[in-house]
Amino acid sequence: MKEKLEALRQEALDQLQGVEDVQQLNDLRVKYLGKKGALTEILRGMGALSAEERPVIGQVANDVRGAIEAVIESKQEAFQKAETEKRLQAEKVDVTLPGRKMKQGGVHPLNRVIQEIEEIFIGMGYEIAEGPEVETDYYNFEALNLPKNHPARDMQDTFYITEDILMRTQTSPVQVRTMEKKQGHVPVKVICPGKVYRRDDDDATHSFQFNQIEGLVIGENIRMSDLKGTLLQFVQKMFGPETQIRLRPSFFPFTEPSAEVDVTCARCGGSGCRVCKQTGWLEILGCGMVHPEVLRKGGYDPEVYSGFAFGMGPDRIAMLKYGIDDIRHFYNGDMAFLKQFARR
Amino acid sequence: MKVSTEWLADYVSLENVAAEELAEQITRAGIEIDEIEHRNKGVSKVVVGYVKSKEKHPDADKLNVCIVDAGQEEDLQIVCGAKNVAAGQKVPVALVGAKLPGGLEIKKAKLRGVASQGMICSAKELGMNDKLLPKEQQEGILVLQENVQVGTPIGPVLGLDDQVLEFDLTPNRSDCLSMIGAAYEVGAILGRDVKLPKPEKELMEVSDAAADHISVNISAPEQCSHYAARYITGVKIGPSPQWMQNRLMAAGVRPINNIVDITNYVMLEYGQPLHAFDADQLENGAIDVRLAKEGETLVTLDGQERKLEPHMLLITDGVKPVALAGVMGGLNSEVTDGTVNILLESAKFDGGAVRKTSRQLGLRSEASLRFEKEVDPGAVIPALNRAAELICRYASGAVHKGIVEAGSAQTEEKVIVLSFDKLNRFLGTDLSMLEVKTIFNRLHFSCADTAQGVLEVKVPTRRGDITLDVDLIEEIARLYGYDNIPTTAIEGQTTPGAYTKAQAIRRDIRKLFTHGGWQEVITYSFTHPETTRLFPALTEGSHAVKLLMPMSEERSVLRTSVIPNLLDVAAYNANRKQNDLAVFEIGNVFYTHEEQVTVQPKELPVLSLMLCGNRVDKQWNQAPESVDFFDLKGALETLFEFLGLEDVIRYVANQPEGYHPGRSASVYLQHGGEQVLIGTLGQVHPQLQQERGLGDVYAAEILLQPLYDHTSEEIRYRELPRFPASERDIAVVVDQGVEAGAMISAIREAAGELLQSVQVFDVYTGSKLGEGKKSVAISTVYRHNERTLTDEEVSAAHAAVVTRLEQTFHAELRK
Repeated sequence: MKEKLEALRQEALDQLQGVEDVQQLNDLRVKYLGKKGALTEILRGMGALSAEERPVIGQVANDVRGAIEAVIESKQEAFQKAETEKRLQAEKVDVTLPGRKMKQGGVHPLNRVIQEIEEIFIGMGYEIAEGPEVETDYYNFEALNLPKNHPARDMQDTFYITEDILMRTQTSPVQVRTMEKKQGHVPVKVICPGKVYRRDDDDATHSFQFNQIEGLVIGENIRMSDLKGTLLQFVQKMFGPETQIRLRPSFFPFTEPSAEVDVTCARCGGSGCRVCKQTGWLEILGCGMVHPEVLRKGGYDPEVYSGFAFGMGPDRIAMLKYGIDDIRHFYNGDMAFLKQFARR
Repeated sequence: MKVSTEWLADYVSLENVAAEELAEQITRAGIEIDEIEHRNKGVSKVVVGYVKSKEKHPDADKLNVCIVDAGQEEDLQIVCGAKNVAAGQKVPVALVGAKLPGGLEIKKAKLRGVASQGMICSAKELGMNDKLLPKEQQEGILVLQENVQVGTPIGPVLGLDDQVLEFDLTPNRSDCLSMIGAAYEVGAILGRDVKLPKPEKELMEVSDAAADHISVNISAPEQCSHYAARYITGVKIGPSPQWMQNRLMAAGVRPINNIVDITNYVMLEYGQPLHAFDADQLENGAIDVRLAKEGETLVTLDGQERKLEPHMLLITDGVKPVALAGVMGGLNSEVTDGTVNILLESAKFDGGAVRKTSRQLGLRSEASLRFEKEVDPGAVIPALNRAAELICRYASGAVHKGIVEAGSAQTEEKVIVLSFDKLNRFLGTDLSMLEVKTIFNRLHFSCADTAQGVLEVKVPTRRGDITLDVDLIEEIARLYGYDNIPTTAIEGQTTPGAYTKAQAIRRDIRKLFTHGGWQEVITYSFTHPETTRLFPALTEGSHAVKLLMPMSEERSVLRTSVIPNLLDVAAYNANRKQNDLAVFEIGNVFYTHEEQVTVQPKELPVLSLMLCGNRVDKQWNQAPESVDFFDLKGALETLFEFLGLEDVIRYVANQPEGYHPGRSASVYLQHGGEQVLIGTLGQVHPQLQQERGLGDVYAAEILLQPLYDHTSEEIRYRELPRFPASERDIAVVVDQGVEAGAMISAIREAAGELLQSVQVFDVYTGSKLGEGKKSVAISTVYRHNERTLTDEEVSAAHAAVVTRLEQTFHAELRK
């Protein structure tokens, strides 16, 4: 009997060797280990064995069963693995095909620049002040030391609504409104972004509607050197830590002394290029010490308080920063243009 | 102002300062030099020649053969094609080897068989701006004045070696609208002396008194504070000297004749405009300065008849107007070739008056430009004397004794007190008293210490822009050098910087939309009047605000809604094959309740949205899907949830104007029992879509102020549910007209507090349901926070819901 069992083991293992699929494997399992299988068949003869032989043969039978089962099991696993492998291969996708994107819009490039400037100044302790776009002559001109018939009104052609109401030509009226609101309290530290309007024929660098950001600081001992320090700090944050500034005397009715501010060209770093017309400098800001008349109109005694103000054009800054050649792109809503800025 | 350096050097030494360096220094001290013009555009080896003879060319009708003495060893034979060439002329001759502007090089040549050893040049060939030359000089060769030396290089003769600096003056620096003013500025910058002409010493008068021939009266003292005149007889009208013409041309002024040129020359020199009248055309030589009368007219020098208004200042001869004061002379008293006797005017007219007149008549001249910015009262008399002296010298005029004048010059120098301490405190500098005084010296501002640390500074009348101590501080700062001012940090109390609540919300809304796939745009605030009527809901009952003088009809009023602009954006992009858009703008709309605006119009910040085209792009794995009303509404719902306002927002289908009547709604915000209209949304009216050539477009406009006001900054945690929920779905058939919103409200009411959420998950119409019916499927979720609900409780609530739907909406339960 023992020989029969050994022969069965040999036969089963031999057959299992050549099994190729799960079906065959199952057939062999039934054939050898099933209820009517070969092993059971042999064990039926156990009753004829002696009491001594029975456990010995029983042991052998168990070994044989175990050996066959082990092989079947490992075959089974191998088949399953192969099966899975095959299925996964069949599920392969072309990873070079495009995916379904998340929807992604974009902030307008002007607002990008304005927000960036706002953030820098908020970091420097400024508040953001806003005012109406339709202003009175008083706030836009008179309170800024620009009485009627002042020759400097030539500098800005104005869209009037009535003789006394107009589209603001600058964000400076917000300075005056801020001073009135602060009622003589110091320190005043604000920037005032907003749209402004000037009669100007539109071309690549002029638009009748554009933006300004005005800054105003008033305190008991505000110096022109503080203005220089503030602007230097700002431009280094905005354009990079290597950026330098250069002040040139200029004229604005609402500041005295006044200056135009050049920064080293961000494109060439000051060595001269097409953007800066080979000068190495770009004019981006106007500034000065607040004129005593403006302080007085805002409710601050110029003998006690002093201040500085500055103004810049986000349109121009955005054009320089992104290398934009035509200001009109900002306002016509062209997706081909705007989408270029829809990223961080 | 074009400043000739050759001329400038008369008053201040420019030794060892190249034009480029000078330009840079002037710019850094506050006057931008726009351009340096080199008057020599590339002329070399051109000299003065004398045309000894002119013969016709044997083989060419239009050519002449000239023998020219050009100071060379031998006379030159030159073939010349100009009609105006003649024997006895002095002319510019380009010698063989000469170079002319544009790279032309002169070589020996044969013209139709005749040898030519050079070229006789026209002004244009010498690179001169021939528009500034008299007509006869523009065509043909340039004929030089007789007194020039044969063989002299042409450069100095025509002032071609000059370099001209273009001063871009800020409005305050009208003092530099004169060569002398420019000289003071340059002198201060370079620290060099300024030499002035001394006409009062040079001038020779004849004994016959001017006052016996002319008289002056001012009837309008407010507009004219000082009027001075001289009487000059026996003038010989002719060309002015070449050097003067050169300087005028360098300044961009066209030479005309000696008298006119001298008045222009002195205007450029002193900044004081002058006018010469033909004295014989003045009635009795009398001058009366008065305002115009209603209906009066004057033909000005340019031949135009000007209708005058009572505010305009006139020079009259007591009978008729002869000049528009400070703006332009009259034709009736013009200096002509036949003029013998002249009355020379130098006056101070009020800037504002001149400005108003010149603006109104659209007549701007070099004179009006200067008067508008207020001329130096101290220059009226010196300029008059200077011109008289030059007329005496270059037009052989006899200057009669004395100046006839009315009014008086305010030539007293202003004294400004400057605290030395304030100066340094204001600038953040540490200047010494000596440094400050040195700078004032350079400016020719005299100053004296009156007390410890206090300076009294006298400001010359030419610097009318300086009236306050801060003006003096600026002078010090700019000459000390802005670069030398230190860089410091603000001292004292620090301040926290922050956005206001409204600013922060606006930024967050911008972020929400851009992150949700919307592109921000910025469009113009000005629009066509027609567009203001299209979407009136948010500015109902108001008027659009009109510009007084728009640049075009297209942009003549302020927008009352941003939606029309967004439709323009849609059209603009559709023309560029960009059809799928999701754009928004945050900006203001404007309106007024007044027929005639007298107070500032209202400005409302709005958020405007526009959707069109496909929601999903066509791609290999997805079919394109068009946007619809619910994309737009969903965006708004997201916004209101983001702001925590979803419970107080209602959509009402009340057909707001401008939209598709069946696919639009007004948005209301409920607050304290009141409903406030805060926006509209919907498909743009198909007719308007068609007019704009657009497909289906969805738009919305929401007022931002109510959102700023009602958004709560507070987030409160609610305990998470610990007990399970029960869901019940219900499907009913109702009339098509029944609104889902009404059903949901009814369900909420009927179900009571156990109802946690209710949602429509299917809407279906079909013939099986019957005409005018629809099926609405709604899922409801019930939950109790403290315990598990029993089936009976849920069923009872649900039954109430069904009953309510049946009763209120005649709903039929679908089984």
